[in-house]
Amino acid sequence: MNHLPQAWGRPRDDVYGAYDQSHFQMGGPNQHTQSPIVTGTSVVAAKFKDGIVIAADNLASYGSLARFTDVKRLRKFNDQVVVGFGGDVSDMQYLDRLLNSLDIRENYGSDGTPLNAKNLHTYLSKVMYKRRSDFNPLWNHLLIAGLDGEDKPFLASADLLGTTFSAPTLATGFGAHLAQPILRRSIPDEAAVPNVSREEAVLLVKEAMKVLFYRDARSMDKYSIAVVTKDGVELKQDEKLESQSWAFAEGIRGYGTQVN
Amino acid sequence: MTSIGTGYDLQNSVFSPDGRNFQVEYAVKAVENGGTAVGIRCKDGVVLALEKLITSKLLKPEANKRIATVDRNIGVVSSGLLPDGRHFVSRARDEAADWRRLWKGPIPTATLANRMGSYVQAYTLYSSVRPFGITAIVGGWDSEADVPVDGEVGSGPKVGSGGKKEGAHGGPYLYMIEPSGLYWGYYGAATGKGRQIAKSELEKLNLSEGNLSLEEGVKEAARIIYVAHDDNKDKEFELEMTWISSVDGPTKGRHEEVPKEIREEAEKLAKKALEGDDDEDDEEKMEE
Repeated sequence: MNHLPQAWGRPRDDVYGAYDQSHFQMGGPNQHTQSPIVTGTSVVAAKFKDGIVIAADNLASYGSLARFTDVKRLRKFNDQVVVGFGGDVSDMQYLDRLLNSLDIRENYGSDGTPLNAKNLHTYLSKVMYKRRSDFNPLWNHLLIAGLDGEDKPFLASADLLGTTFSAPTLATGFGAHLAQPILRRSIPDEAAVPNVSREEAVLLVKEAMKVLFYRDARSMDKYSIAVVTKDGVELKQDEKLESQSWAFAEGIRGYGTQVN
Repeated sequence: MTSIGTGYDLQNSVFSPDGRNFQVEYAVKAVENGGTAVGIRCKDGVVLALEKLITSKLLKPEANKRIATVDRNIGVVSSGLLPDGRHFVSRARDEAADWRRLWKGPIPTATLANRMGSYVQAYTLYSSVRPFGITAIVGGWDSEADVPVDGEVGSGPKVGSGGKKEGAHGGPYLYMIEPSGLYWGYYGAATGKGRQIAKSELEKLNLSEGNLSLEEGVKEAARIIYVAHDDNKDKEFELEMTWISSVDGPTKGRHEEVPKEIREEAEKLAKKALEGDDDEDDEEKMEE
């Protein structure tokens, strides 16, 4: 699906002919909040037997310009939840502040259980849905990774439409097309999760990040990766993609200097 | 009371001919009956302690906490009218949240004390309201580390002015706000029924020298609450204690309840010190 509202729900070009785009020109001011400006690309995550791995690169693009190269798109909420943000960076900052104020309010009382990943996913998906219903969506695709109330791995997504989805492996943006099949090859379904070790999951996610760097022109080789288990969150924010092999590029037009 | 019949105590914001505001003075009276509250500013943190008087045996022990957290790094304890204390805390939380909304970072303890002072003072000005029936102790630790701006995504410019201040900043802060809106910063603060005894105990600690550690502060705070309680043995009480340490201390710059084991240890020492005091007194009398 493409995320340009203009393209949604229109008559099919092949049946009705090209749509008359002139109908769209409403006049009035440009609405810059109605489309993303500075964006982050894919977020990738996979469950393993006692936790979750989640990764995203450190790039924020301004259109096709690699504008900011040290942007942290994985946000630790508490000792059992990490949220990964794809899409608009300023909307991500808004959500980060929202979560920050939520966390402060949650900790006024010293007792009680902390919010888990499941709670946070419910909350965030409702925020996203409210905003899209106001015709003012937060232009993000979120992955919420962590533990549910029973210390079991939890992974789910919420997007700019308020759609929610859950699977043992998830990827947003370009990664939804390119990384997801690779992740599914190793972890096809929920039944496969108990057989996946932490090391295997980390390796798998790193491999997915590498493939994304090869193919996604809005990606970067510096990335953040977090592992959430019962023991807490291990977040590394300055990783570099290792052992890249660009041999495949040789035969493909568009890579390197060859033109034909 | 001397003022009965003069009429100068019937309305807020009205001075008596000798320059007193009776409504505020009555509010202070309400505070003087509350359980003792103590705050100690130590070199590496702040301790808040409260003598929580048990009003009914049907209340669940250790429930109904009275020391509240504002933002993450500030604690508020008050004695006097409980609902007034609740409202004070609620306002303090709103102030802290508003500060964050505007400046994308935690409110400095001094600023919060200033704003709450102004807020409490405003309640002495109008005939439609009454002054706060509480004296509140506000303790906080302003982070000495470089706190990231809320929502910050990158590390900022690597050359030129990055807006970062070199050198040490932050530290422990303690303020006490009275019903009149008057507030001062203190090394050690006490209010409520046992405040006189508590204050004289606090003075003995030489807090202005800045040598008392947080761990010692916890023990002293517990002891002072027990000492201050000594006079009215009839009423039962619970000791409620919270602390805020530096970023590398036990609470990592957050306002938290003192862990049960540490609190119970401090209570044990406090009780022992009380017994010891009695013995010493006896001995001194013998010597005399």
